[in-house]
Amino acid sequence: MTTSPIQKVADHTPHGVARKIRGLSDRAIAWIFVAPTIFLLLAVNIFPLIWTIRLSFTNFRVNRPNKDVEWVGLRNYERILNDPDIWNTMQATAHFLIWTIILQVLIGFTLAYLINKKFKGNDLWTTIIVFPMMLSPAVVGNFWTFLYQPQIGLFNYVVTFFTGGDPADFSMIGDVRLAPWAIVIADTWMWTPFVMLICLAGLRSIPDSIYEAAECDRASKWRQFWTITIPMALPFLMLAVLFRGIENFKMFDLVVQLTGGGPGNTTTLTSIDLKREAFEKWRTGYSSAYAVILFVTVFGLASIYVKALNKVKER
Amino acid sequence: MSFSVTEPTNGTKWFAGILVVAYAVITIIPLLWIIATGLKSPADSISYPPVVVFEPTLEGYVNLFTDRTRATEDMLEEAGPPQTWYEEIARERGTIISGPSRYGERFLNSVIIGFGSTALCMILGTAAAYAFSRFRVPLKDDLLFFILSTRMMPPIAVAIPIFLMFRNLGLNDTHLGMILLYTAVNLSLSVWLLKGFIDEIPIEYEEAALIDGYTRFQAFYKVVLPQAATGIASTAIFCLIFAWNEYAFAVLLTSGTAQTAPPFIPNIIGVNGKDWPAVAAGATIFLVPVMVFTVLLRKHLLRGITFGAVRK
Amino acid sequence: MKTKMMITVAAGAILASGLSTAATAEDLTLCWAAWDPANALIELSKDFEEKSGHNMSFEFVPWPSFADRMLNELNSGGELCDLMIGDSQWIGAGAENGHYVKLNNFFDANGISMGDFIPATVTGYSEWPKNTPNYYALPAFGDVVGWTYRKDWFERPELQSEFKEKYGRELGVPASLDELKDIAEFFQGRDIDGTTVYGAAIYTERGSEGITMGVTNALYNYGFLYENPDKPYDLEGFVNSAGAVEGLEFYKELYEVGTPPGSSNWYMGENIDAYRSGQVAMQMNFAFIWPGVEADENVGGGKSGYFPNPAGPSGQFAQLGGQGISVVSYSQKQDAALEYIQWFAQPEIQAKWWELGGYSALNAVVEDPSFATSQPYAQTFLDSMAIVKDFWAEPAYADLLIPMQERIHNYVIAGEGTAQEALDGLVRDWVEVFEDEGKI
Repeated sequence: MTTSPIQKVADHTPHGVARKIRGLSDRAIAWIFVAPTIFLLLAVNIFPLIWTIRLSFTNFRVNRPNKDVEWVGLRNYERILNDPDIWNTMQATAHFLIWTIILQVLIGFTLAYLINKKFKGNDLWTTIIVFPMMLSPAVVGNFWTFLYQPQIGLFNYVVTFFTGGDPADFSMIGDVRLAPWAIVIADTWMWTPFVMLICLAGLRSIPDSIYEAAECDRASKWRQFWTITIPMALPFLMLAVLFRGIENFKMFDLVVQLTGGGPGNTTTLTSIDLKREAFEKWRTGYSSAYAVILFVTVFGLASIYVKALNKVKER
Repeated sequence: MSFSVTEPTNGTKWFAGILVVAYAVITIIPLLWIIATGLKSPADSISYPPVVVFEPTLEGYVNLFTDRTRATEDMLEEAGPPQTWYEEIARERGTIISGPSRYGERFLNSVIIGFGSTALCMILGTAAAYAFSRFRVPLKDDLLFFILSTRMMPPIAVAIPIFLMFRNLGLNDTHLGMILLYTAVNLSLSVWLLKGFIDEIPIEYEEAALIDGYTRFQAFYKVVLPQAATGIASTAIFCLIFAWNEYAFAVLLTSGTAQTAPPFIPNIIGVNGKDWPAVAAGATIFLVPVMVFTVLLRKHLLRGITFGAVRK
Repeated sequence: MKTKMMITVAAGAILASGLSTAATAEDLTLCWAAWDPANALIELSKDFEEKSGHNMSFEFVPWPSFADRMLNELNSGGELCDLMIGDSQWIGAGAENGHYVKLNNFFDANGISMGDFIPATVTGYSEWPKNTPNYYALPAFGDVVGWTYRKDWFERPELQSEFKEKYGRELGVPASLDELKDIAEFFQGRDIDGTTVYGAAIYTERGSEGITMGVTNALYNYGFLYENPDKPYDLEGFVNSAGAVEGLEFYKELYEVGTPPGSSNWYMGENIDAYRSGQVAMQMNFAFIWPGVEADENVGGGKSGYFPNPAGPSGQFAQLGGQGISVVSYSQKQDAALEYIQWFAQPEIQAKWWELGGYSALNAVVEDPSFATSQPYAQTFLDSMAIVKDFWAEPAYADLLIPMQERIHNYVIAGEGTAQEALDGLVRDWVEVFEDEGKI
């Protein structure tokens, strides 16, 4: 732990000056600065969360306003954890999560690495690459269904242009084996730029002097890459993974527009399943329990991850 | 002229450049396809097989901004000859324009909510990030993680309580409600990013300012803020992109007054099923403000992201 | 040539009661789905605004989120909508949970008789419980699943002779679902004017109600029943009868042999697109699209024909669509809203409604001698409305729909398990819902 800045300032400041600068105390400023944020988060995020937890122990249903609400204890949780369908959606989510992260990190980091070579016009091309992430995911999902249409879409024509064959030979969202990849491709197209930007920030944060020193030690470029570039950029990479992981765990709009969860249940991610329970079946109590389970899962995973991230940062 | 050992060779630059340009070209194709679809006629937009060369028309844009009714002959007679170029386009399809569509309103709502929440988010986020960066806030690490954790909740999971809460407060389907909601959702990302940026500003600057007789608030305002400007700008881009494009809350919590464009665009229907050119036109126009915002702040985005040049 | 709708004056007697102009002009909001007929309703309502002095605003929600958004509104007692053109399956919830105002007294007081409307629409859109004279809506938009086909392709001599050689009968409107499948198979992958075309576009959508609205057209005609006709909520052996299994297998086979590749998540819009762009010889779709097909530059103007859902071994039925218009009980402006319904029920407004592309359910309109010939699809509409069946309209209809979507999509599109397993599973799911509801 470092000593607090104010302490440092005070230590280095002659007594007379120190007294003058206190003015509004740091403690007061800290609270004034933090309080609105905390208040807003409590009101809009935490209060509903607590409400959700409360509802998760009841059989409340929004569409049965006249029915008595009963406490059912842990029954909702029991039902969810014993439901094999939920494990299927968890699997679909895991597949989506893992592959989008792998692809986006690989492609995003490679792009950032290449852009960092500072070739002429790199910031123009960077800007162009960033465009897809500015679109609305719902619009993207909607348009990719269009692109994936074997007859009128572009995707199959472009693919078969390179591989040969007939565009009607395969259907990205109609085939149970291809559909999970269809959503991975669309999401990767959209969000790789985000990972790229964060990686670029990481790469540019590495001071040239370190490379210069390595160069003096006659370390090979390959060695420099593994001993300098990767470790120095790692916290940023991990941050990118964290944000993409959280976002894609919640993934709803893009996939719901793209496949509607089908074919069958192949691309029914947890958020889509949850939405069906909450806003189609209107099982409010049950879906609240579902939400809590999801929240605990992602919260647990994320807290382990953030600990690791902090460790890497301190190194 | 200085020579640096870290400067890549020309060969490396060419190689990198070619790969990046290749990726950019591939990645831009779907986007160009959307823009092109906006300029197609309804028949061309779903032509089988797809057409790359077509006769451009503004029909999609006309359809985007108007409501049309399939006209009976009586109505056509009554309406007389078309007065404007856009009426003419509608007439060619045997329809008459019955009024402006809701797209304009939805777009304006997006502007108010998107930019409003981004501004609010920057104000609150910068202040909180500064406090976390510089002061000994009790339970700092836990609070930071708490802030991040609020982003983990799937919107669907909290939509019901938020819906009920907003209704009780009269915030349902209002601009203010959506601004507060999006601000709250975005705060976690912005506090995290901004804290990183502010951490990188050497404390020595403020110390010097404090010694010069500035109060702590003045030091924040006059010394830290200008230095954090690039970081704030790049964070603002991320916040705007999210708020501008959010779908799940918008579709569940807004309807008549405060609905934004994303739930509206994918489902624009014409007089015969889904109107793809109008959908594409809507998506294209909707992309413009964020695109302009990003291009304008491009330098900040890239420079802002290189902020941590000096790390401790 | 254009046929002018002439409406018998006798039916216009209702008009005599006139529209009492309310003392205060209200701003009424009407909620419906965002689709083609909604545009026509805006146009039609201008007349109401003029006559009543009230102001109409409209809230149209896209189909995929229509049910979610509107049921959310109703369940939370929202005052956004004064008038609701809600889907036929919502009527149970609307009535039992008190979302809709009961209209019996209003109808009696204003001389509106449900006997003046197509019986199937009254049962489908207005009554709860079904087949009892308790009305919660006025039939607003009649709709039913039917088929559109490429008459111009069917009439090609070379195709006709090839078809006859292969199947031993003329290529024409199919008399049975089996014949329909033959035709779909015949066109599947065929080269017509240089492009590969396919048999039929059918409903396969997963997310909302698509595949259910499609598969029922096969299930009904093969002997599927929702429940024991003599014992309500008795499902075993009716939902999963041998006939029902055969019907489900038929739908899967049709999907496999006669539909375009990639049509795994198609509903109304996708089917229209496929048909308009010349990918398919036939399409299954709700009748609301027919005016649009007729007006289309590629497939309109006589190139298309229409036929009701063909019969199967156990009869001929078609899936009901469409909606009734209800007054929302949370509205503060119920009087003005009722005025709108009164205005809407008038025969000449209904006639104009039909003219603008809205399917009127008023007998006076559809029984008019000139109706059947007024549009190429008018007769098909009448024939189809005579054979309709609807999905459950229970308050728990959404709970019943979701497992059906899942079971059917899993079997037909994803190819999991057998038809028997799918329907047996559906019985289990539905029994559970009814047990939860306390109905069994």
